[in-house]
Amino acid sequence: MSRVLPVLTVLAGIVVVWYLGAVWLNSTWVYDQAERAGTTVTLAEVIPQTMAQERPLLPPPHQVAAELWKGVAGQAVTSKRSLVYHGFVTFKGTMMGFALGIVLGVALAMSIVRFRVMDMSVMPWAIISQTIPIVALAPMILVVANQVGVQDRDVPKAIIAAYLSFFPVLVSMVKGLRSPDQMQLDLLRTYGANEVQTFVKLRLPASMPYFFASLKVAIAASLIGTIVGELPTGAIEGLGARMLIGSQFGEPLIMWAALFAAAILAGMLILAVGAVERFARARMGVPA
Amino acid sequence: MKDTTNLGGDQAVIEAKGLNLVFQTADGPVHALKDVNLTVNRGEFVSFIGPSGCGKTTFLRAIAALETPTGGTLTVNGMTPDAARQARAYGYVFQAAGLYPWRTIAGNIKLPLEIMGFSRDEQDSRVARVLDLVELAGFGKKYPWQLSGGMQQRASIARALAFDADILLMDEPFGALDEIVRDRLNEEVLKLWARTGKTIGFVTHSIPEAVYLSTKIVVMSPRPGRITDVIDSPLPKERPLDIRDSRAFIEIAHRVREGLRAGHSDE
Repeated sequence: MSRVLPVLTVLAGIVVVWYLGAVWLNSTWVYDQAERAGTTVTLAEVIPQTMAQERPLLPPPHQVAAELWKGVAGQAVTSKRSLVYHGFVTFKGTMMGFALGIVLGVALAMSIVRFRVMDMSVMPWAIISQTIPIVALAPMILVVANQVGVQDRDVPKAIIAAYLSFFPVLVSMVKGLRSPDQMQLDLLRTYGANEVQTFVKLRLPASMPYFFASLKVAIAASLIGTIVGELPTGAIEGLGARMLIGSQFGEPLIMWAALFAAAILAGMLILAVGAVERFARARMGVPA
Repeated sequence: MKDTTNLGGDQAVIEAKGLNLVFQTADGPVHALKDVNLTVNRGEFVSFIGPSGCGKTTFLRAIAALETPTGGTLTVNGMTPDAARQARAYGYVFQAAGLYPWRTIAGNIKLPLEIMGFSRDEQDSRVARVLDLVELAGFGKKYPWQLSGGMQQRASIARALAFDADILLMDEPFGALDEIVRDRLNEEVLKLWARTGKTIGFVTHSIPEAVYLSTKIVVMSPRPGRITDVIDSPLPKERPLDIRDSRAFIEIAHRVREGLRAGHSDE
């Protein structure tokens, strides 16, 4: 309870501010309507009208919740209006990008730790790669993928997601693989261990805490990459597409519901990664 | 526990002749070992004592082929240190236990056995035997963090014993432990030495530790690292802790102290 209470307090604070903001922003429209009709309205009349507009500037929490509920439970999960359907598309893209990012990050980290020339040549470019805005890069990746004949929309999405998610894995794994101290390396030398044995028995297990710490960052980055990848695809499917539709057709409720669906998805993914991490730590004998 | 017939024999196990080792550092060359001549015979317990920078650890590392001498000859069991490593001639115990936190105690002891390609059954029986030897039987399934510092260091000794090397090299193995634990482990090392008949090379800062454990005490001094005195201990093999109050013990300790002082006087 002592851990839940602060979280709930902050949440309540956000909701209050949100409602106040909704009244303030949405009242403009109410006043405009009244002025056009040549009538005047009191504040007591305005407030209820800011709570249930069709196209509010800032939808109040209960409207977003209702739209979210409608999107999740009010549709068949195969429907194009279902947030479960779109959420799953985004989830699939996120996982593909996540997997690709892990493979890329670990492989690069291994070669950087092994070969000094890789450390000097690849590492600076890995850092530079993260300074390029992904929103600028994403459409180009989509166009190029299409040009070279990749019809599957999942592939460019996974590449964009991997582009963001490989980096935290790379940085953490380089640090993790280098974490064994000289004494531990000397110990293996006294056994006449070869390089592969040193890697498998010492470097790899020693890097695991670093690896799992990076996964939480990587999965969140992968989700963002996937959503960005869904934005310029002509808005067909996925939570990113849903947000774009809401924005293009002036349906803020759709946008906000998709936004919250993405946030919930992110939360679930991070919890799942945390569970995998706890399982792995228990297997490796780390005290809870 | 092989070659017990040779116990007390005078075969040279470690032989250094005119050994030199110079490190090239940013501040110029550092003479870590200068003209070191030493013969260690089978079954001896040799302590290396001296202040920091006297090359005692460097010498031990050179025996283990962790450092490469720049001059002179060094043989281990008649081979080069590198060849001796391949022949599994020695086990090495570092100052820190260095157990892998992700492996159990048994798993840690299996580490060298896995690398050297012992069968699973062989690994299990060897783990059981060396755990018994260091009096840690029943702790195989524990993780390192569940053990005290002294127990961890015993586990690391078990790890060094697991593959039956004839030589055990120990680099200040009890330096980080408190004196009460250190006394008990010293007794245990002596028992272990008596039971296994191994040749032991032991680096230490402590005069009582060196005198209590050794059959031969090598006193070293720094800048350049060299041997100033080699003392063959007249103490009997059986050594209860209170031997440290005996006249013979005090006399050897005195000679070690004199040797250390002499090494310092020419700075």
